[in-house]
Amino acid sequence: MSETNIPVTAEIKFNIQVGDELTQNVKPLLHEIKHALDNLIETGRSTIIDLRSIPLAPGEEDKILDTLGRGEVLAQLNALGLSEVIETQYAGVWLVTHYNDEDHIISRFIEVTTMPEILCSQTEDIMAAYSRLTLDLDENQETN
Amino acid sequence: MTDRNNNKDKTPYDKTLGETLRSRGISRRSFLKFCAATASMMAMSPAMIPKIAHALESARRPSVIWLSFQECTGCTESLTRAHTATIESLIFDSISLDYHHTLQAAAGHAAEEAREIAMKENFGKYLLVVDGSIPMDNPGYSTIAGISNYDMLMETAKGAAAIIAVGTCATYGGIPHADPNPTGAVSVGDLIKDKPIINVPGCPPIPVVITGVLTHFLTFGSIPELDHIGRPKVFYGQSIHDRCYRRPFYDKGLFAETFDDEGAKKGWCLYKLGCKGPTTYNACATTKWNDGTSFPIEAGHPCLGCSEPDFWDGGGFYKALSMPTENITQTAIYTAAGAAAAGVALGAMNRSKKNKAITAHDNTTIDDLEK
Repeated sequence: MSETNIPVTAEIKFNIQVGDELTQNVKPLLHEIKHALDNLIETGRSTIIDLRSIPLAPGEEDKILDTLGRGEVLAQLNALGLSEVIETQYAGVWLVTHYNDEDHIISRFIEVTTMPEILCSQTEDIMAAYSRLTLDLDENQETN
Repeated sequence: MTDRNNNKDKTPYDKTLGETLRSRGISRRSFLKFCAATASMMAMSPAMIPKIAHALESARRPSVIWLSFQECTGCTESLTRAHTATIESLIFDSISLDYHHTLQAAAGHAAEEAREIAMKENFGKYLLVVDGSIPMDNPGYSTIAGISNYDMLMETAKGAAAIIAVGTCATYGGIPHADPNPTGAVSVGDLIKDKPIINVPGCPPIPVVITGVLTHFLTFGSIPELDHIGRPKVFYGQSIHDRCYRRPFYDKGLFAETFDDEGAKKGWCLYKLGCKGPTTYNACATTKWNDGTSFPIEAGHPCLGCSEPDFWDGGGFYKALSMPTENITQTAIYTAAGAAAAGVALGAMNRSKKNKAITAHDNTTIDDLEK
């Protein structure tokens, strides 16, 4: 039998119930965000929460993201694959998701801050940009 | 303004990791993203990200010699076929992999010469990675370029700063060591006693765990804190059971009894189906596999305990750890009620059963599989 003649019927069905809050970690995490926001208001200190460090059942991360919702800002970075920076509906609470070249999530953070660090231009990159721009202008001058 | 011209005369070993990455056109922002993902995979606080960035940028590019003995190449496959290319390959590409007979282009005398040169030039500083166990009954069972595995290991280990044993074969003997151990297979740690050895077991290990250990060495210049059998606590510090999202079902005494019953469909605990999660220490439940997609228990299969010594002789993959003599449901309820001692006792009972099974070499039968 050739490979193309093999009858293949695949039905992928996860046997997980996502309706229940299995790990009970959703509410405590949302309260942690609330405390971090309070801390930002009172002291100006930022907080980063690594969503991959907390055991979450299938569907629980979505519940957290649904609760936080989406706000006014959506930024996309192209740095070793895509990165998405979203301000949630709660100003000061950002969702930072890093993807690899194949668009798979490699890390996801909730940052409670006025501006996630990854959005800021970095000193080393600014220095390299200055050198590059200087070279480009010199070359232009020579050709003109 | 910049000292980029000063790098001209530097050898690959002199360059810092930061310089290597910048020479490949990787921006500081990309590097920060890499460091954020690294902190996440190493289970470090996000507050450590700037420290990791600083330490990694100034770390020297290390020479790595990778030796493969009695193994299936699954550990190398795990690392090189990882989907998270920007994390694993970034760190993997940033080391100077001077010898790896599966990956290197050189063959025969040229390959062995590369190993000898790397050993000579970096004596006392190179990292030695080993996958596979070492046959001691007859050196002829496994040789490379006519050199026995034992001789090659002992010769190469002499100048190593540290040794990373990758996979359960190199760490504890693995499948070659399983009863009746026809080749007299032993682990790296059985033979080498005078070098720091980091055990990274798993069949295969999670790719980010392999690179995480390399990253830790590069970041801090030291080996990570290890448990009593040489595993980095950051990845192997907690049991699969303790980090499993199905744990609440265990606590409620809700178990799948077969692979197709109502319990299985509802995603209940797989303890009675032979899950070795309670006695297995690894990062599968949080780091997960295939880009964080899932891990065996999430796919509906019990943990086999592959990161533990003698997992192959543990009494049957589908035989529950304490099934024959204990009422698991009752024990689980005690644990749920906060009786920590019951949990500890259960763990001890399971370990004891596993040890007995190893001694008696309890074979897995067709009956076990059909349970």
